Amino acid sequence: MQQDHPSEGASRRAVLTGAASAALIAVSPAARATMSEMDEAIRAFTKGAPIKQGGVKVDIPILLESGNSVPAVVSVESPMTPADHVVKVALFNEKNPLPQIAIFTFGPKSGRAWVSTRIRLSDSQKVVAVAQMSDGGFRMGMIEVIVTLPACAEER
Amino acid sequence: MARALVNVPAKVKRGDVVEIKVLISHPMETGFRPDPNGKFYPRDILKSFACTYDGEHVFSAELFPAVSANPFFSFTVVATQTGVLTFSWTDDKDQTQVQTAKIEVE
Repeated sequence: MQQDHPSEGASRRAVLTGAASAALIAVSPAARATMSEMDEAIRAFTKGAPIKQGGVKVDIPILLESGNSVPAVVSVESPMTPADHVVKVALFNEKNPLPQIAIFTFGPKSGRAWVSTRIRLSDSQKVVAVAQMSDGGFRMGMIEVIVTLPACAEER
Repeated sequence: MARALVNVPAKVKRGDVVEIKVLISHPMETGFRPDPNGKFYPRDILKSFACTYDGEHVFSAELFPAVSANPFFSFTVVATQTGVLTFSWTDDKDQTQVQTAKIEVE
């Protein structure tokens, strides 16, 4: 193998990174919820109402070995009284084939706006929780997680 | 259809916020998983789950394929009286299954 000049090495590296990013764009699979699909699903849930940040906590381990069964806990700050309570909490994701995960409805007897469940994640991505309050307002919280073995790994 | 494990604390004090755990045995086939012939296994998921306390709504969920196989839910209820918690879930074929658990309030 012939010896590289430093400048040649650098340009080759530039070419390689360029090619790699082009490949990433080209491979980005169609059968996945895109960012806008998630936004659309959230908009469908809120019916276009504005969403306030904060007050909603999504708890998922940040580094996940497998996306097949991911423990997820959502809690919303609320006194849960008949006058001021959480009506619904919806979970959304960025990159699964469908943007929705689940929509939870709480009754007056719930006591706390808290739910724990297990979900599937097809890739490292953002998970968003949107809470609908009894006064008609919406609040949201999100978490970004890294999945090393995605839920849909057996698909490819 | 599906078997379920329900965990309700045996004895609770009046007014306590009690954690209920439900684990339902179900494959939750997403409809996005290809079979060896390149077709997709048909979607078969539980699409809804609900819990009532003496007939009063406590918690319910609308489910999508992103809920794991063998769906697990944990949520809370305010223990007001000795009564019956009724859990029900419906699959894609509109079959509904019901399970009950007693809650004893001191």
